[in-house]
Amino acid sequence: MKVTVAGEKKEIEQGTTIAKLIVDEKVENPEYVTVTVNDEFVESDDFETTQLNENDTVEFLYFMGGGAF
Amino acid sequence: MLYLKKEDYEKILAHCKEGLPNEACGLIGGTIEGDKRSIQKVYLLTNIDQSNEHFSMDPKEQLAAVKDMRANGLKLLGNFHSHPESPSRPSEEDKRLAYDSKVNYLILSLMDLENPVFNAFRIDEEKNVTKEELVIE
Repeated sequence: MKVTVAGEKKEIEQGTTIAKLIVDEKVENPEYVTVTVNDEFVESDDFETTQLNENDTVEFLYFMGGGAF
Repeated sequence: MLYLKKEDYEKILAHCKEGLPNEACGLIGGTIEGDKRSIQKVYLLTNIDQSNEHFSMDPKEQLAAVKDMRANGLKLLGNFHSHPESPSRPSEEDKRLAYDSKVNYLILSLMDLENPVFNAFRIDEEKNVTKEELVIE
């Protein structure tokens, strides 16, 4: 099925979860990546169970933060 | 080398001054031609930590900025944040939380409000810091 990942159209297997997509896309430091599906933020605890659907749009966002010390 | 338009620098400076006493933050989008990285648009984001010692970008604003960059044919070149009371260099926390070795991390020090200092860095996976030449023109 077709989905859009970070702006690029991709063909993925039916039943692909967010966790599998993170592996397939070779996302660096996945523990610090926030994921949205169709602009909805997905809890990281749900990555293993959330399956993608045809025409979903997925974004990977790195947490961006820091401090003075 | 990283190029920043003077007017965009002024936007960043104003945003960071308005954010005082807290840290302020944002994203930079632009183009890459070989070693030349040109910032075409700056995105002024909310520091949801509301702290003078920490910052976390608002994820919703971050998502909107990334989508805007893509719609305008720009790449995410990096981010910026202010250090209200410390120098323009990555802190230990900045290094620890730098997860993307391909982008620039810009830090604006407002320790001396009359003489702000703005530097750009890269932080690799081993947390080694390299200063990148920043040209404001």
